[in-house]
Amino acid sequence: MEQHFKNHISSEHNIFDLHIHETLQYRDLIFLFVKRNFTAQYKQTVLGPLWAIIQPLLTTIVFTVVFGNLAKLTVEDIPGDYVLPGFLFYMSSNILWGYFSSTLHSTSNTFLDNWGTMGKVYYPRLVVPISTAFSRLVSFGIQFTMFTVFWLFCVIRGGTSIRITPWLLLIPLLIIQMMILAVGFGIIISSVTTKYRDLAMLVGFGLELWRYGCPIAYGLQLVPEKYIGLYLLNPVTPILTTFRYAVFGFGFFDLGYYAISWIVSIIVFLIGLILFSRIERTFMDTI
Amino acid sequence: MEEIMLKISHISKQYRLGQIGGTTLREEIQRWNAKRKHEEDPTRKIGEKDYEIGETFMALDDVSMEVQKGERVGIIGHNGAGKSTLLKLISRITAPTSGDIWMNGRVASMLEVGTGFHGELTGRENIYMNGAILGMKKKEIDAKIEDIIEFSECRKFIDTPVKRYSSGMYVKLAFSVAAHLDAEIMIMDEVLAVGDTAFQKKCLDKMRDVSKTLSRTILYVSHNMNTIRQLCDRVVVLNHGKVVFNGDVEKGIECYLGESSSLKVKYDLSKPREGYELDNWVTFRSVSFPDKASPIFYEDEPICMMIDFVGAKPFEDLAIRIVLTSRSGVPAGMATSQSIITVVEGAQSICLKMSHEALAPGSYCAKLVAYSADDYGKGSLHDVVENAFSFETVGSGLKSNHLNWNSTVWGYTRLPTIDVKRVEDETC
Repeated sequence: MEQHFKNHISSEHNIFDLHIHETLQYRDLIFLFVKRNFTAQYKQTVLGPLWAIIQPLLTTIVFTVVFGNLAKLTVEDIPGDYVLPGFLFYMSSNILWGYFSSTLHSTSNTFLDNWGTMGKVYYPRLVVPISTAFSRLVSFGIQFTMFTVFWLFCVIRGGTSIRITPWLLLIPLLIIQMMILAVGFGIIISSVTTKYRDLAMLVGFGLELWRYGCPIAYGLQLVPEKYIGLYLLNPVTPILTTFRYAVFGFGFFDLGYYAISWIVSIIVFLIGLILFSRIERTFMDTI
Repeated sequence: MEEIMLKISHISKQYRLGQIGGTTLREEIQRWNAKRKHEEDPTRKIGEKDYEIGETFMALDDVSMEVQKGERVGIIGHNGAGKSTLLKLISRITAPTSGDIWMNGRVASMLEVGTGFHGELTGRENIYMNGAILGMKKKEIDAKIEDIIEFSECRKFIDTPVKRYSSGMYVKLAFSVAAHLDAEIMIMDEVLAVGDTAFQKKCLDKMRDVSKTLSRTILYVSHNMNTIRQLCDRVVVLNHGKVVFNGDVEKGIECYLGESSSLKVKYDLSKPREGYELDNWVTFRSVSFPDKASPIFYEDEPICMMIDFVGAKPFEDLAIRIVLTSRSGVPAGMATSQSIITVVEGAQSICLKMSHEALAPGSYCAKLVAYSADDYGKGSLHDVVENAFSFETVGSGLKSNHLNWNSTVWGYTRLPTIDVKRVEDETC
C-alpha cells in the first residue's frame, strides 16, 4: 500500500532547500522572540528602553568632542559650502552603524547561544537570526525617533543646509538593506563558528576595525582621491552616505556604487542562507 | 483503514568518535588541496590507513519501523542503545546519515520540558513562548490557555516571572503546555520523570486520554517500565543501534530486562566478588539444574539445583541462602537452608530442593549466599554471588482462579488459598 506522507526527512539535502516557507509559518514565534528579547533586555532596569537612547547619545557626544572638536575631522561628504552640525552627522552614522554591528554580532552567535533549545526541539533555525534582527530594529526605531527630534529641531531653527527632499522615502529601503547585509554576514559566521570557534573571537574585534573603514567618525572628503573607488566598495559605505544624502538633502550619492552595495548585500545574504540551511541539519553533532 | 503516521526506513546515524573538529583550518585546507590534486593527505600520520582516520560509531544502524495512527509506542533499551538518537532524528534536531523518515502530520517533541522558558517572563508569557517553540500558532494557544493554566495548578502565580517559581511549579507549567499540543505525533523522552507522583499520574492519564480520544500517535522513551506498561500498547527494544524486538509490551520488557541475564541450565559462578567481606571458607563454582532443558518450573514442581563449590577447610555449619528479585529489580523474597551442611576440603557438590509454592509466577533472579550462623543469630559470610542464576516459574492457574498474576499490584508472594466455610450456627 502506497501512502502519501506530508513530511519527509532524508539524509539527502538539496542546497536550495532554504526552509523559507516553513519559517514564515513560524511568524508567531518570530514575534514572540522579538518581544522576549526586548522585554528581557530591559527587565529590572530603572530606565528601561531609555538605555536604547542613552548609549548612542553618549557615543555621539564623545564623537563630537573627540573627532569633531579635538581632531577636527571633516564631516563633509562632498566639497561645498554646506553647513551641517557635527552632532547630527555623528548621530546619524552612529545609530546606523550601531544597528548594523549589533545585529551582525548577535546573529553571528545564533547557534552558540541557542544550542540549548535547538538541541531539544525543532523549529526553523532561521527564526532566531530573523527575530534578532527585528528586535534590534525596535531599538533602532527608538534611536531613529531621537534622531528625528534633533533633526526637526535643526530644521525648524534653521541656519543649516538641511533640506527636506523626496529622498527621505529611501530610508526604509536603506534600513532593509542594512538588515539583509548584517543578517547575511551574521548567519555565515554563525554557520562557520559551529566548527571553528576562531571566527567568534574575530567578530567583535573585526567589527571595531570595520567601523574605522566606514565614514562614521569622518566625512567622505577625508578619504584620499586615489583610494575613493576602493573605499566605496565597502558595502556599508554607500548605505551610510546615501542615508545622509536622504536625511540632510545634500551629500554624496552614486548610483553605481549604491547598486554594487545592494548586489553585495544580496549575494552575502543568499550565501548565508545556503550555508545556514546546510549547517542547521547537523550542527548539533559538531557544536 | 489503518493509517501509517510514521514510517522509518533504513535509518542510520553515524558519529565520529574522539574530538570533533579537532583539526585546524590549516589542516583542513591542506587536506582539501591534496584531495584536489589527488595527492596523499599531508596531515595523515605515516602508515595510517584511510578508515582509521576518525573512528566512527553507529548510533543507529539500519533501523526500520512503522507506527500506525493512534498507537502508543514505547522505545526501550539500555543507555547508548540509540533511543534518544532516534527521537532526535524524528524530531529533526539532527539529520540522519542515511535513510528516510516519512511522517503524516506535525511532530511535537518533548525531549525536555520547558524548552525556551525565560526566567524574566511571566508564566502566561512563557506558555505562549513555549507553545510557539513547539510549533503552535498564537490562535491555538489563545484557545487553550485556560485549560493549560488549569492543568498546571499554577493559576495563582501565572502572572509572576517564572524565575520566582519553585522547580516543581516550573515543571508542572512546562508539562501542561506540552500536554496540550495539537500535534498528530508526540515524542516524549522521559519527561514524566519529573514532578511528584500525583502529577506524573495525571500526565500519563492525560496523554493516554489524548491518544485515545483524538487518536494521537505517541512515541515514548523511558527506563521506567511501569510508565511504559501504563501508557504504551507496543514496545520497540533497541540494542546497539538495532531493533531487537518490536511488539507486545510485556514480552518486550522481558526481552529488554532479559538481556542482562538470560535463562540457562548451568550458570558459571567464577566471576569476581565485590562489595562483601568474605572469609572464603566456601567458594561457589557453578549452579546447574539437572534433568532440565531450561530453568522453567511449573506449579507443584520443586526447584532442584546442584551447586558445585570448593571448601577451604572442613566445618559443619554451612547454610545456603537464596535471595530472589524480580526481573525488574524488585525484591521478591528469601529462602534459606538450615545451618547444618558439612563441608570438607576441596571440590564438592550439594543438591538443593526449594519449593516455589509461595512465589508468584514470573521470572526471577537469584543471589546465592553461603554463610554460617551460630545460636545467637550472629554469623559469617563465606561467599556471596549477585545475579547468580535466573529461573522462571509458571502457574497452572488453578490456584489463582486462572487470573493472570499482576505483580505490579499484587507483589511477588502468593499466600495460601483462603479457606471459606459457610456460617451455619454463628461460630467459625
